[in-house]
Amino acid sequence: MTDKLNSYRNQPDEHGHFGTYGGRYVAETLMPLVLELEREYKAAKADPAFHRQFEDLLEHYVGRPSPLYYAESLTAKLRQDAPEGKGAQIWFKRDELNHTGAHKINNCIGQILLAIRMGKTRIIAETGAGQHGVATATVCARFGLPCVVYMGATDAARQQPNVFRMKLLGAEVVPVQSGAATLKDAMNEALRDWVANVDDTFYIIGTAAGPHPYPELVRDFQSVIGREAREQLMNRTGRLPDMLVAAIGGGSNAIGLFHPFLDDRDVAMLGVEAAGHGLDKEHAASLTGGAPGILHGNKTYLLQDEDGQITEAHSISAGLDYPGIGPEHAWLKENGRVEYTSITDKEALDAFQLLCRTEGIIPALEPSHAIAAVAKRARDMDQDQIILANLCGRGDKDIFTVAEALGVDL
Amino acid sequence: MNRIEQAFGKGHPALVCFLTAGDGDTAANLDALVEGGADVVELGMPFTDPMADGPAIQAADLRSLAKGTTTRDVLDIAAAFRSRHPDVPLVLMGYANPMVRRGPEWFAAEAAKAGVDGVICVDIPPEEDASLGPALRDNGIAPIRLATPTTNARRLPAVLEGSAGFLYYVSVAGITGMQQAAAGSVDRAVADIKAKSDLPVAVGFGVRTPEQAATIAAVADGVVVGSALVELVGEHGENAPTHIRELTQALAQAVHNARKDAA
Repeated sequence: MTDKLNSYRNQPDEHGHFGTYGGRYVAETLMPLVLELEREYKAAKADPAFHRQFEDLLEHYVGRPSPLYYAESLTAKLRQDAPEGKGAQIWFKRDELNHTGAHKINNCIGQILLAIRMGKTRIIAETGAGQHGVATATVCARFGLPCVVYMGATDAARQQPNVFRMKLLGAEVVPVQSGAATLKDAMNEALRDWVANVDDTFYIIGTAAGPHPYPELVRDFQSVIGREAREQLMNRTGRLPDMLVAAIGGGSNAIGLFHPFLDDRDVAMLGVEAAGHGLDKEHAASLTGGAPGILHGNKTYLLQDEDGQITEAHSISAGLDYPGIGPEHAWLKENGRVEYTSITDKEALDAFQLLCRTEGIIPALEPSHAIAAVAKRARDMDQDQIILANLCGRGDKDIFTVAEALGVDL
Repeated sequence: MNRIEQAFGKGHPALVCFLTAGDGDTAANLDALVEGGADVVELGMPFTDPMADGPAIQAADLRSLAKGTTTRDVLDIAAAFRSRHPDVPLVLMGYANPMVRRGPEWFAAEAAKAGVDGVICVDIPPEEDASLGPALRDNGIAPIRLATPTTNARRLPAVLEGSAGFLYYVSVAGITGMQQAAAGSVDRAVADIKAKSDLPVAVGFGVRTPEQAATIAAVADGVVVGSALVELVGEHGENAPTHIRELTQALAQAVHNARKDAA
């Protein structure tokens, strides 16, 4: 496969396909809009003024570049249980230090600049954990655009702090009652809003999924993570990492970290899905436990039954609780460039506490899945090897969920 | 002449009626549509994530799936309808994933075997036709496409290319069962489509009452009614057929006579 490809970085094709995945599976009402967005994104990509504004906001508003941090204490802790000479160095790309506390803001800055370019005057978004909703509400406040955020009622209940944050930022939060009232249902409702308000509304999708060109443009906006990390690690150590690790719900922080490294053949990559209660029980691991299908505008791996009905995902992390995955990950799984694994709720909770205690960093439950995978892999790697993981969000929003899971009454 | 052509060739506008498969006593409800005078029957394939549908059809899909309706059940309902009503055109309408799950060829062949005349897939636009269109055409099933108020003149030829049966004009940008479009805008849109295609144009989304249906039928080849009928199933359950027959009769009378009344 490798020999047939000149590069892993030249996807999607002109029709928005990543191999057989991706595409534009939307209702006809939305097709002209999606095509217009594609034209506008092409123009923006070629416009130095667009890039200048994007980069200026990332630097001065978001606080980029985010630090690259050598987690010396965690590394030492994991070496205690590792075989002699084993225990890779663990480095974190600290996107949890971004304004709003996660990587989501990178993408929202890019998309709202596109929305303004297109003359749109109203913004909608879906959110799971609320991080993307908060990031969207934030950029809407900054640019003075009205914002409606669709959020599954179940998620809204377990992420009350983020619901309140969005409201403080001036957004209208609409709890969605249909289905299991989580992320996919929020996305259905956002699509219903969009199709009824095509003239004035821009849909800021929160992950590298949906109809073309969303997977591409979200990836491009998030790729600042990998570009910075590559340069920072080169500057600090003079070498590339041996392995990249990132958590995957829809997959935007992972593709943002991975994409700039895809053609560095010696850099291994590990995407970490949410195994929930276990892969044989309820989970949210579309790649490891799903099958290809069509949902929410793209062809990709989905949790579904034999009739193509979408099954409910489960994860302790609301941000990973989605039965699909960005189409570029489906393609990267199929060609073998990226390895995908999964981590259970319990393992993620353990890793959450491990990072709190060893590094004084409270991670979000999403990157806690990545940290759990890092801990497993590090012990089999040599001490001079480097694992670079994306710490894509901070855990303040999750303390209530964690307290409940640990049986602590706040 | 195939069944769909016959339905649109009766010398009056056609009434196209939608119900969700597996919701209520579907066979009895479909019979009530035919007895009431429906010219074309659309059978909805329930889906867990009907993102182009309003609350009425969402609820119908969930009711059906909660009863355990499978793709096999939908095909069996279609096949049984075909044997009871050899001449009434039957169209499956739904979303891509259940249609392609076992491969488009499997679905198209099974639908053909069940006597299905056409398929409307909400989320496969012309750009992704390869995912289902060729399999349908190979099996003699009409791929029925949708055109909408956002389908501009530049795009319309792509929508018409490879369409068959009839063209479904979605009269408002939005989801099913909500607001209704102004007759004037529908008139212009239908005229634009007919200038470029010989396909009959059926208009739907938001048509609920005989009065509304008559207004649309005055300017179109057909009128599609869905949510208003689906709501009767939700409201009356096993007693729905009487109510469905009654509404269909009123709709059929309004649609069939719309041009006479307008003239």
